[in-house]
Amino acid sequence: MEGAALFQFLLRMGDNTLILGHRVSEWCGHAPVLEEDIALANTALDLIGQTQMWLGLAAEVEGQGRSADDLAFLRDVWDFRNLLLVEQPNGDFGQTILRQFLFDAWHVEMLRRLTDSSDARIAAIAAKALKEARYHVERSGDTVIGLGDGTDESHARMQAALDRLWPYLGEMFHGDGVDEAMEKAAIAPAAEALRAPVSERIEAVLDKATLSIPETRHARSGGKSGVRHSEHLGHLLTQMQWLQRAYPGATW
Amino acid sequence: MVALRPAPDDVWGWLDLVPDPEIPVISVVDLGIVRDVGWDGDTLVVALTPTYSGCPATAIISLEIEAALRARGVEDIRLETRIAPPWTTDWLSEKGRARLEEFGIAPPETAGGPKRCPRCGGADLERISQFGSTPCKAQWRCRDCLEPFDYFKCI
Repeated sequence: MEGAALFQFLLRMGDNTLILGHRVSEWCGHAPVLEEDIALANTALDLIGQTQMWLGLAAEVEGQGRSADDLAFLRDVWDFRNLLLVEQPNGDFGQTILRQFLFDAWHVEMLRRLTDSSDARIAAIAAKALKEARYHVERSGDTVIGLGDGTDESHARMQAALDRLWPYLGEMFHGDGVDEAMEKAAIAPAAEALRAPVSERIEAVLDKATLSIPETRHARSGGKSGVRHSEHLGHLLTQMQWLQRAYPGATW
Repeated sequence: MVALRPAPDDVWGWLDLVPDPEIPVISVVDLGIVRDVGWDGDTLVVALTPTYSGCPATAIISLEIEAALRARGVEDIRLETRIAPPWTTDWLSEKGRARLEEFGIAPPETAGGPKRCPRCGGADLERISQFGSTPCKAQWRCRDCLEPFDYFKCI
């Protein structure tokens, strides 16, 4: 049972970075200014690199002879275990940056805890990824503040992005059987344990950004369990997996 | 017939001649990604620690290391990826730092930003972007000579 739970946990880590990495890479060549284009592409690259480590370990744990590439390119929507937040469309630049910040805030806290994982392989990946995630959150946080506390136009767009994305935040903190098994084995922290530190970081940045946290208590979930992804993931996969769908088994 | 097994120190010397594909003024040894060289029976084992998880140069570096070792007559080679402890810019050699600056890339500083402009030596600097042309660099500008330059990020 624990092996199955561990596999699911690793898929969650790797699918988050894979799907967000792909989303962010969609900006390549389209960002508002060159520096942001480069920053987005570099962020995407880090996330895809981390994916190789997470899904590589997932494949090893599964022990069915699959590779990280098999997991990335040969699964369909219902087998993905990423948070709904990361599959949401890019929207405008503000929405992309806000989504990045919400994810980064959770990601750094999760990775920081995972560096103490009882599984040495997970601790090693987390220590590597944490260095990159810390850099990401510094930039995404600063940019959220700059745009939120910017012009009337940028402020309005950031507030609209926050209103749209806020309901997706709660899924990060809702634990289930997989999380419980990981916590019991001291492999990963309880999902709920991250709520306070992550919320604190998010609220501090939103406050400086002069953005208001939406009143809604509505929370969407179904991504990390795979039960109910949004329609957006399927469209994303048609792009990301296009080559393997058109030319099954193609290799470099 | 006894297999030829060059001493690890010689191998380190050969690897120090393999340039980083993105920043060819420094070697892969200067960059600090070669962590260990040793023999496992008749197999030469080289442990490598990647800089950034997604750095596209990683695969090229492995290829070039293997090619350099084959050119020296080593046939049986195993490259191992070692991710712990994670790569840090503290592992850049002094020689590497000096060459970076000569080349126009400000070396990493623990303060989080470059110490001086690699072109004119000016200290009045501003950051243009946290990221640059490769995962390991950021873009800065010198307010004295007005030139933009790359800064090797400190991680």
